[in-house]
Amino acid sequence: MTLPTRRDEAWRYADIDAVARLWPLAAPTRINVAAGDAAARHLIVDAAQGATEIRQFAINLDKGAKFDFHVLALGGAYGRIELDVILHEGADFNLGGVILGNDDQILEIVTTVNHVEPGATSNQTIRAVMADKATGTYLGKVAVARGAQHTDSVQSFKAMLLGRAATANAKPELEIYADDVKCAHGAAIGELDAMGLFYLESRGLTPADAKRLMLQAFVAGVFDGAEAEEALQAAALAKLGELV
Amino acid sequence: MLNINNLHTAIGDKEILKGLSLKINAGEIHAIMGPNGAGKSTLTYTLGGRPGYEVTSGAVEFDGQDLLALAPHERAAAGLFLGFQYPVEIPGVSNVQFLREALNAQRKLRGEAPLSGGEFLKVARAQADAMGMNMDMLKRPVNVGFSGGEKKRNEMVQMGILDPKLAILDETDSGLDIDALRVVGEGINRVMRKPDKAVLLITHYQRLLDYVQPDFVHVLAAGRIVKSGGPELALELEREGYAEIAA
Ligand SMILES: Nc1ncnc2c1ncn2[C@@H]1O[C@H](COP(=O)(O)OP(=O)(O)OP(=O)(O)O)[C@@H](O)[C@H]1O
Ligand SMILES: [Mg+2]
Repeated sequence: MTLPTRRDEAWRYADIDAVARLWPLAAPTRINVAAGDAAARHLIVDAAQGATEIRQFAINLDKGAKFDFHVLALGGAYGRIELDVILHEGADFNLGGVILGNDDQILEIVTTVNHVEPGATSNQTIRAVMADKATGTYLGKVAVARGAQHTDSVQSFKAMLLGRAATANAKPELEIYADDVKCAHGAAIGELDAMGLFYLESRGLTPADAKRLMLQAFVAGVFDGAEAEEALQAAALAKLGELV
Repeated sequence: MLNINNLHTAIGDKEILKGLSLKINAGEIHAIMGPNGAGKSTLTYTLGGRPGYEVTSGAVEFDGQDLLALAPHERAAAGLFLGFQYPVEIPGVSNVQFLREALNAQRKLRGEAPLSGGEFLKVARAQADAMGMNMDMLKRPVNVGFSGGEKKRNEMVQMGILDPKLAILDETDSGLDIDALRVVGEGINRVMRKPDKAVLLITHYQRLLDYVQPDFVHVLAAGRIVKSGGPELALELEREGYAEIAA
């Protein structure tokens, strides 16, 4: 394995120097969900300040298997969650991801979801809140193989920028070799509604609490029903308190 | 309680309020009427401290404090309440959660102990009941999917919960059906008609004033108060229009 460069699509926003220090990376964590089974996992990337954390997963869902993955990226100078997912016939994959960054953090979620057989569904919902000079990135590739008819895939990315120097990147990518498929994707990058903030403040909330409340609403929902929902919500809320 | 002296407000480089003066004492209810675009909402937002509404000159004293020196949330804690002409929808934020946090934030600034969840719900339920709003609506996200009239009712429930000293109600009556108008009118009287409180009602119509009888009526035109009088002025305006009266 050679060290990636920024010319590699999946690494175009990465901190290559940080990657180089960890190179070569350990083999990805393997997750296999057997035919007809259901499984759920969660991951909080919460590396110490200045540290790098790269977590790679190779996930295989056999026929009719279901897997829910909830991830939260909030720690470290460079944090990366990378998933390579293979969906067999009728499998169901759901990813709920939240990226919360401030200072100079670079945080990313990079996914490749391979629909290799017919009738599988994948659903990816990613929300990012970036403050200061932080960069949040979602690169999501959905590959639908020849013959993987009735694939149904959805990707939704929304980011909220809290400062002029904050950045969000989104790049959904579709590679489709079947003709009867539904692949939807949407990306939106915005700022907190100023009128909403004033409304909340006019009722007595401090500016920071008004922002926190609106951001909480922005990311809430992603972790609804997640394994370890409370831990995820609590970690997200604590970080949001630092961002506002 | 409120003393506005020669207030000038600009939005961008456009001057909207052009030397507005108005004095409201405790125990009084004032109504402001005036043509579209006169600056009534601009006055509301200026008093609330909305960003972008720049006071270029003049002074506002509220309860002995320099109102213009306070941030919006400090104005709320000092006892000011704005009823918005267009209440804002805030997806994902529940009414009860936001109101409890808002009330407790105000109490904290005033040096009072916070209300517990249970205590707050009791207050909220009583106010919602009084305004004919059910608790399910109070648990929904702030104003999201509410009809025009429901939003106005929600403003009044919020006023009841926050229990301000001075309420500035910007066209709270528009969008209300006949029954709701009565409920809201009675609500304003119940919450605000007290010797230590005051209300500034902005309205286009006499009908709300039938329920909430004002002590003073003012005409705001082109950024200033151009005429003041008693309750009879509202009736006169309704009969004759602004052109005659404010000329
Ligand atoms: N952001 C803005 N930029 C420039 N002008 C503005 C802005 N907001 C309001 N105005 C102008 O300020 C003037 C006063 O508006 P305001 O909303 O205060 O009127 P109003 O008296 O409340 O009218 P209405 O009875 O229709 O509610 C209007 O001419 C309006 O176009
Ligand atoms: Mg108006």
